[in-house]
Amino acid sequence: MNIELSRRSFMLGAGAGLAGTSLAALGFGEIEAAHALSIRPFRLAQTKEVRSQCPYCAVCCGMLIFAAESKEEKGKMEVTHIEGDVDHPVNRGTLCPKGAGALDYIKAKTRVKYPMYRKPGSNSFERVSWDFAMERIAKLLKDDRDANWIDKNRDGVTVNRWLTTAFLAGSSVANEGGWATFKVSRGLGLLQIENQARI
Amino acid sequence: MTNSWTDIKNADLVWIMGGNAAEAHPCGFKWVTEAKAERGAKLMVVDPRFNRSAAMADHYAPLRSGSDITFLSGVINYLLSNDKIHKEYVRHYTNAAFIVRDDFEFNEGLFSGYDESKRSYDRSTWEYKFGPDGFALRDMTLSDPRCVFQLMKKHFAQYTPELVERVCGTPKDRFQKVADWVSSTANGERSMTIMYALGWTQHSHGAQNIRCAAMIQLLCGNIGIPGGGVNALRGHSNVQGITDVGTLTAAIPGYLALPTEQEPTLESHLSKRTFKPLTPNQTSYWQNYRKFFVSFLKTQFGANATPENEFGYNYLPKLDGIYDCIKMFDLMHQGKTTGLICQGFNPLMAIPNSNKSREGLAKLKFLVSMDPIETDTARFWENHGEFNNIDPAKVQTEVFMLPVTSFAEEEGSVTNSSRLIQWKWKAADPYFESRTDTEILADLFVRMRKMYEKDGGKGKEALLAVDWSYKDPLHPSVDELQTELNGKALVDLKDASGKVVRAAGQRLATFGEMRDDGSTDGCMWIYTGFYGPTGNMAQRRDNSDPSGLGVFPNWGFSWPANRRIQYNRASADPDGKPWSEAKKYMYWNGERWTGPDVPDYVPTIPPERAVGPFIMNAEGVSRLWVRGLMADGPFPVHMEPFESPVGNIVFPKLKGNPVARIFKHDLAALGTSKDFPIVGTTYRLTEHFHYWTKSVQVNAVTQPEFFVEMSEQLAKEKGIKHGQMVRIRSNRGEVKGKAVVTKRLKPFTIDGKTVHQVGLPLNFGFIGETKKASPINGLTSAIGDANSQTPEFKAFLVNIEPIAGSVA
Repeated sequence: MNIELSRRSFMLGAGAGLAGTSLAALGFGEIEAAHALSIRPFRLAQTKEVRSQCPYCAVCCGMLIFAAESKEEKGKMEVTHIEGDVDHPVNRGTLCPKGAGALDYIKAKTRVKYPMYRKPGSNSFERVSWDFAMERIAKLLKDDRDANWIDKNRDGVTVNRWLTTAFLAGSSVANEGGWATFKVSRGLGLLQIENQARI
Repeated sequence: MTNSWTDIKNADLVWIMGGNAAEAHPCGFKWVTEAKAERGAKLMVVDPRFNRSAAMADHYAPLRSGSDITFLSGVINYLLSNDKIHKEYVRHYTNAAFIVRDDFEFNEGLFSGYDESKRSYDRSTWEYKFGPDGFALRDMTLSDPRCVFQLMKKHFAQYTPELVERVCGTPKDRFQKVADWVSSTANGERSMTIMYALGWTQHSHGAQNIRCAAMIQLLCGNIGIPGGGVNALRGHSNVQGITDVGTLTAAIPGYLALPTEQEPTLESHLSKRTFKPLTPNQTSYWQNYRKFFVSFLKTQFGANATPENEFGYNYLPKLDGIYDCIKMFDLMHQGKTTGLICQGFNPLMAIPNSNKSREGLAKLKFLVSMDPIETDTARFWENHGEFNNIDPAKVQTEVFMLPVTSFAEEEGSVTNSSRLIQWKWKAADPYFESRTDTEILADLFVRMRKMYEKDGGKGKEALLAVDWSYKDPLHPSVDELQTELNGKALVDLKDASGKVVRAAGQRLATFGEMRDDGSTDGCMWIYTGFYGPTGNMAQRRDNSDPSGLGVFPNWGFSWPANRRIQYNRASADPDGKPWSEAKKYMYWNGERWTGPDVPDYVPTIPPERAVGPFIMNAEGVSRLWVRGLMADGPFPVHMEPFESPVGNIVFPKLKGNPVARIFKHDLAALGTSKDFPIVGTTYRLTEHFHYWTKSVQVNAVTQPEFFVEMSEQLAKEKGIKHGQMVRIRSNRGEVKGKAVVTKRLKPFTIDGKTVHQVGLPLNFGFIGETKKASPINGLTSAIGDANSQTPEFKAFLVNIEPIAGSVA
């Protein structure tokens, strides 16, 4: 059941065939152009299509994700449509009530757009630059690490650990990002590391 | 999962217990309906609630939440006492024949070696007896009174159908039918799959629930065959991959162990883990541990890992105990934690005892949330009235909320519940200023290393030893990271004759190429081959299935070694012939092991060598008896939840799991059945994913608010009307929501006493588009499983009362 032809090119081909040949064959040549103009272009034909997968449960249903130029951010591509991947052996084109709504997750009102910062005691977040956030977090991490670093335990064994900062790692990041997370968090000497596997 | 989603179609019997696939994994559950429609398979569901999986079932049996071990032990007893087991499988592929030490004992629920003051076991008596040759003693007739098989018969004899009914509240005939159906697969002709999820894990004895399932499947010979297996239906899209990668307190990628401080040298760490075979001729694959561990060190520390410095072993942090999330939040609550970074994690909602969590968060100096969406945790300091009652002015925590790309705005490999690694391509650009997790962590790491280089500081050497030689240190590429996961040759690798088998710089094709001398790297041996010399196997999209058994061997890459069914050598008998034509899978063709899958075995070892099919175990066989590998016993025993409506009927002396860890604060927060007589249990709704989709409009429209499910009998007893607002309290907190009075729940009769249970959906909170609700984990208790520290979310005590005048 391998689908050689992408759905998009198939649709494009089918549409052109209908407008260009069937009407002309019936003797309506002169209205052909006008009729073709009146047909709204198939919207998915204007989009870029990639194979992806559902971000929710670990069935990891195959998804086709369509993107077009963003209306909100000029020059960027945004997701415009998501549907189940019919080629995928597990979900065979279906999506559940969660996956079928995944587009709305990408466009959720609570999507974070900019780095936000809340000062001690404050009643609100304020927008800050990435540079401010990164510099401040790096400084806070270094201060705590320097203050609480343990290089040797009581028996003189080298232990190189840092116990006063904790890292809750996500289970939706891809394997490559997960490995980067491991490398950094262990590289810092953290032992308080946890992900959703346990809960 | 030992098997795969698509393999479920090969099952003749599907048993769902401790999960609810129809609602939590709908598109995976499709393979259950496929098995029913195409093979005439039967589905049975055992659950406290008549859920939507039960609605599709041919047989449903209710049980009280937290009593699974007794139910499952009842099935084990039925199989053993009626001799309905797959005898040759049990004899040759399990440790049933192994002889246990004479000083092992079991009395009144406790195994030998218990120390009450330490709440732990000395497990030395739980070991096999060994002969003068150093190998374990066996009795292949299974008749020695000290062999595992005979000990098992004795141990499980008391779990009769009558006891199951008394403890679990399952009517005897409903239980009996389950046991009968299970036994119909104990013959090599038919197979049963067991599908479970957090309904089994989230108990203080969760790991023993799953052991019971493994034992049943081994007694029936259902491991390693099509349509069989013990299948954990995992909950997050890449929770399997992230478990593999090991972002967990005591882990190193690929199920290697982070060293403890009792292991001061590399050799002291390795020597404990390179297990020698316990019977002759066995593979005992962990003998290769050192190759995998040294290759990991070469990836973590690169050129800074040399034979002279034990490949950088000392740069790794050493454990002085484990820091799981319950411990983490206990330390935070004690004010011992300075900072917390949450990457796609919403602990205020997800961690037990939310009031304790909120107090802990308020004691932090700083909190960083890396997430595509705003989480309740990132706004824990904000007052949301009764739903998050806090005074922001008093919270001194600095909070950063960093925008992270969504799943569609990044590429990479993701591992599904079947261990299948698949690729996702990037579909769109990062939303506004969002960055990938890798970019954010790389930026922090590079900045910190510069600070240490410039200003110095503690632990500088270990920090700078980490290999960060990416082409662009601020943007390690997915390709570079994937190469590190896979591993490569660092010099020309030669075979014994001197021929170069893998040139320097080439990626490795299998973990069999890894070496322990520093000439290979690769941080996660189990994935080796997924980005081998021929390319990115995770991107393969050939969905042909030549065997018709749902194998799809050329779709993605299934770890390890692209194997789809684990332990698949066990699908053939000791002579290498399939147990039956119906279940034919991997077999010996006279020259090698062959079949539709990659053999879980050395492909050229002939059957007469009697190498066991469970090659990871030093015994070569599977374990009905787990020796000292589990904290709470070599066999399961009935343990009640820490909060239970009844005492332990089977072993009156046991209070909860006798070796579960309990912190002072959490012990004090336990309630009693006098004040809180009703069992509470939490679960997901099919319309929602965890705490994410309450931010998604379409999901919020379909399930807009928190509710509590209860039986008609309980509603009547409490004077609660359908749709009325009710208050649910535990000894730790309270939540409010509408009552859904339903026939899906029925009161249980436990040892003559009526016990009610209520159902509490977990998907709501105070941030997002759904109606505001208090975190459901405000009710739950921060006590974890004795082996895994998974919190006991599925069984705790509550009480419930109507709120006057509020009927919808």
